[in-house]
Amino acid sequence: MSNEKKATRAAYGATLIELAQAGLPVVAVDADLTGSTTTKKFGDVYPDRLFNVGIAEQNMIDVAAGLSLTGNIAYTGSFAVFGTGRVYDQIRNTVCYSNLNVKIAPTHAGVSVGPDGGSHQMIEDIALMRVLPNMKVLVPADYEAARAALKVAAETPGPVYIRMGRASVPCVYEEGKELEMGRAYVLREGTDVTIVACGVEINEALIAADQLAEAGISAEVIDAFCVKPLDEQTILASVAKTGCVVTAEEHSVIGGLGGAVAELLAETTPVPMYRIGMRDVFGTSGEFEELMAAFKLDAAAITEAAKSVISRKNA
Amino acid sequence: MDLRELEAKALDLRVDIITMLEQAKSGHPGGSLSAADIMTALYFGGIMNHDPNNPTKEDRDRFVLSKGHAAPALYAALAEAGYFPKEELVTLRKLGSKLQGHPDCKKLAGVEVSTGSLGQGLSIAAGMACGLKLKGAEQTVYTLLGDGECQEGQVWEAAMFSAHRNLDNLVAIVDHNKLQIDGNIEDVCSPEDLGDKFRAFGWQVFVCDGNDMEAVMDTLTSARGIHCGKPKAVIAETTKGKGVSFMEGQAGWHGKAPNAEQSAQAVAELTGKEVEHV
Repeated sequence: MSNEKKATRAAYGATLIELAQAGLPVVAVDADLTGSTTTKKFGDVYPDRLFNVGIAEQNMIDVAAGLSLTGNIAYTGSFAVFGTGRVYDQIRNTVCYSNLNVKIAPTHAGVSVGPDGGSHQMIEDIALMRVLPNMKVLVPADYEAARAALKVAAETPGPVYIRMGRASVPCVYEEGKELEMGRAYVLREGTDVTIVACGVEINEALIAADQLAEAGISAEVIDAFCVKPLDEQTILASVAKTGCVVTAEEHSVIGGLGGAVAELLAETTPVPMYRIGMRDVFGTSGEFEELMAAFKLDAAAITEAAKSVISRKNA
Repeated sequence: MDLRELEAKALDLRVDIITMLEQAKSGHPGGSLSAADIMTALYFGGIMNHDPNNPTKEDRDRFVLSKGHAAPALYAALAEAGYFPKEELVTLRKLGSKLQGHPDCKKLAGVEVSTGSLGQGLSIAAGMACGLKLKGAEQTVYTLLGDGECQEGQVWEAAMFSAHRNLDNLVAIVDHNKLQIDGNIEDVCSPEDLGDKFRAFGWQVFVCDGNDMEAVMDTLTSARGIHCGKPKAVIAETTKGKGVSFMEGQAGWHGKAPNAEQSAQAVAELTGKEVEHV
């Protein structure tokens, strides 16, 4: 584990090169954002395997579909707002309905695009992708997790969504860490409250766990690396121990990780719960760190929420 | 098959289309009948390399039915070719059937990709054409679009991309039957001259009478043979509901199934036999 901060998106091009070097028939389809998504790095090494369709995201998804139908593992780029929302029908009716080997791997998800503002801050993508049959959803917490996600996606037949962000975040996982489809990972063990987080919220959750420890509260932190299929066993085991839960995601509280955990617990073991996330509002311009605080997505908000659910448990 | 046999086969397809739609009590006769000659040429005229006994054979040409609502025309062709028993045609649109209202590649062998949401087939076909070129394969990808479907912006995204990538192993056939759900394409939102549009995007364009078997065969044969570095568009001038007098040129028959009486009348017209009144 290094102290260097890196964006999850930075893993994209580099990992595709690795996969191609390992002999996998990977191709990347991008829509004029090869520099930002880092697929350009892949194209520099494998020029015939990068397809830049221009500013035409609908075409991007279905060209990827066609490439997958001729034996390739096709990754699609763009920013998350265009790479999921604008092309929802293409993903639904072609990629998922036909269960094609297309990996929807856009970058710049969540509020991490900062100053670009609400139009570009995609906070519904987990919900959109999670609801689709055949789709699997991975939300990597750091550079190494993104690398692992891009790799496990290649090894998993069918559609996989990999959510990557723009902001540089501290590394949580050690170099070369392998992560599995369908797994959540307990990063910190605790007994008083379960914090289930994903993506950039993992770092905030770990800081919150430190803050809670100072207040004598033992928090268990789980990285929901795979939001779908959700690792129900790991989450239920933790909640059975702690009796309350806070979820945290850089995404709407509607339909994302919080929604998934709420659905699970409501059907099995309802416990006091709070969902950290965008509370039915669009984002706004600002620096990433400012937005995390302004929308109460940061460690301080998680700490407060943890105390609140613990008090409800004991009431 | 010679021309006469192909024309007879196209009639068989049309009879199958009418019969299956009547049984289903819903579906799209107009745009299925207009495309019957094109489907016949592709599957029986030796245009496409395909094998009903080995639908996923490596060296097959590919076909994408972008106008997925014309599924009955595709199903009729696949059944006539032997991909599945003809008796199954009457299961169209019924619970448990392989023959979904729009083509489902997970249910029916011979369907390369599920379609039905308009505007996507050309992009998929372009991706396939890229994939085939990437592995140095010689096969051609065919896709059939509707003229109304060309109102979808994605079609032109794909047109631009295909020309830019020099996909001369791609043939897009537009079933130009001039009608869409809400009426005449010229009245709803005219695409103007479709040939000019494709040409402007850098395609090699062919125009033919899409309901004349000889013209269809000649045009598709030419299109296949040319390696000009350009993708090829065939604007097939057709009549919606072709072959059934009361359906021809009628927008109302876009998505409405014939009842038993209408079906009998249609089959009689197609086969040249008197309607048997019971």
